[in-house]
Amino acid sequence: MSAPPPIAMLAELTHRCPLSCPYCSNPLEMVRAKEELPTEVWVDVFAQAAALGVLQVHLSGGEPASRRDLEALVGAARKAGLYTNLITSGIGLTPLRLDALEAAGLDHIQLSMQGTRPDLADWIGGYRGGFERKIAVAREIGRRGIPLTLNAVMHRHNLDDLDATIALALDLGARRIEVACVQFHGWAVANRAQLLPTREQTEMVKRKVAAARAEYEGVMAFDFVPPDYYSDYPKACMGGWGSAGLNVTPNGTVLPCHAAETIPHLRFEKVTDRPLAEIWYESAAFNAYRGTDWLPEPCAGCERKEIDFGGCRCQAMALAGDASATDPICAKSPHRARVLAALEEVSDAPFTYRKLG
Amino acid sequence: MSLTFAASDVPYMPRGVRVADDPVRGQKVLLAPEKAVALDAVGEAILARVDGAASFGAIVASLNAAFPGAPEGRIEADVQSFLAALRARIFLMVK
Repeated sequence: MSAPPPIAMLAELTHRCPLSCPYCSNPLEMVRAKEELPTEVWVDVFAQAAALGVLQVHLSGGEPASRRDLEALVGAARKAGLYTNLITSGIGLTPLRLDALEAAGLDHIQLSMQGTRPDLADWIGGYRGGFERKIAVAREIGRRGIPLTLNAVMHRHNLDDLDATIALALDLGARRIEVACVQFHGWAVANRAQLLPTREQTEMVKRKVAAARAEYEGVMAFDFVPPDYYSDYPKACMGGWGSAGLNVTPNGTVLPCHAAETIPHLRFEKVTDRPLAEIWYESAAFNAYRGTDWLPEPCAGCERKEIDFGGCRCQAMALAGDASATDPICAKSPHRARVLAALEEVSDAPFTYRKLG
Repeated sequence: MSLTFAASDVPYMPRGVRVADDPVRGQKVLLAPEKAVALDAVGEAILARVDGAASFGAIVASLNAAFPGAPEGRIEADVQSFLAALRARIFLMVK
């Protein structure tokens, strides 16, 4: 089938990170520093992406500031015509580096927030002193007027601080807040019993975000990712497989989403082996779940198939053991019982922190 | 806060928001934090007049002059709703 050109590219510049959040979206098998793409390959990938139709590049990681050439990469992305967004923990963004990033044309910063108190945030991030350093960086970003989004990653241990989280975002001058409830991919799968919110928290966060969105309209924009385990219908993951965005990992592997490597039968290609446009349009992996022709029942006959495209392939893989199954989040899925069982598994065991294996 | 523009309000695109060419799709797009909005001819004509100097009233007057066939008040209503939607997302601010 023919696909539209991609709008956005997530460039995972490195898997190195000073934090070790137990819900990190990076894969359990992380790419080591010596395997990372060199500067000139990324520069070429940005030019290829722009020619392919990508409008925005999200420079992410790991912690992208762990790359010493981050400033050069931002400059190259802007030169290619891309809107450049830096997704960062803030650790490593000194005033000197912010000077260089601004000079290179950085458009926007998305700063992750683990919690609103040092004890909570540093426990979740696994990095002592991280909260204080992050707040200092956030204030510096605000002083410079760089557009800021606060990405508040929410779960059982911090959802009760939602009011304080919104207040902190306002205080930091964020133009936008993402209330992003943890999705269970990557390291979050290993910590699911510790991170799943309660049903009461889930109802509360939906209610409060709706109220805050109205209250702060025109002051701070809200984006909300609900905890999907309590939903009746699955998320339209990535707006449909291979339809709007792509992800390039630190070693140049091109994926339809950051968790796609958990689907064992797909073979993903590298930007060092094949042009990006060919991978997007022609590779078997990108065509595997495009559109709706591949959908199983009950999706194929469902009136929502153009809304959620059967849900998330990686979640179907993780929960049903079959990437081409209906996402088990769906109330109509024959595997729905596995989601309901997971909701009963609550644990106070220590986190399995993200680390290089 | 009210998102409605008074005639004297001067809208502007804040840092991190800009109109750009999208040569691959043959259109103009509004690029904003983690969002790209495809512009149709109407949106493009409106945002071409948002220069940080023109007031809402001047933008409407300019569009009325450019499109004389439009029914009375129609352009103002369209501009109001288009710009208010952008203002809700902080893609537009008022001086």
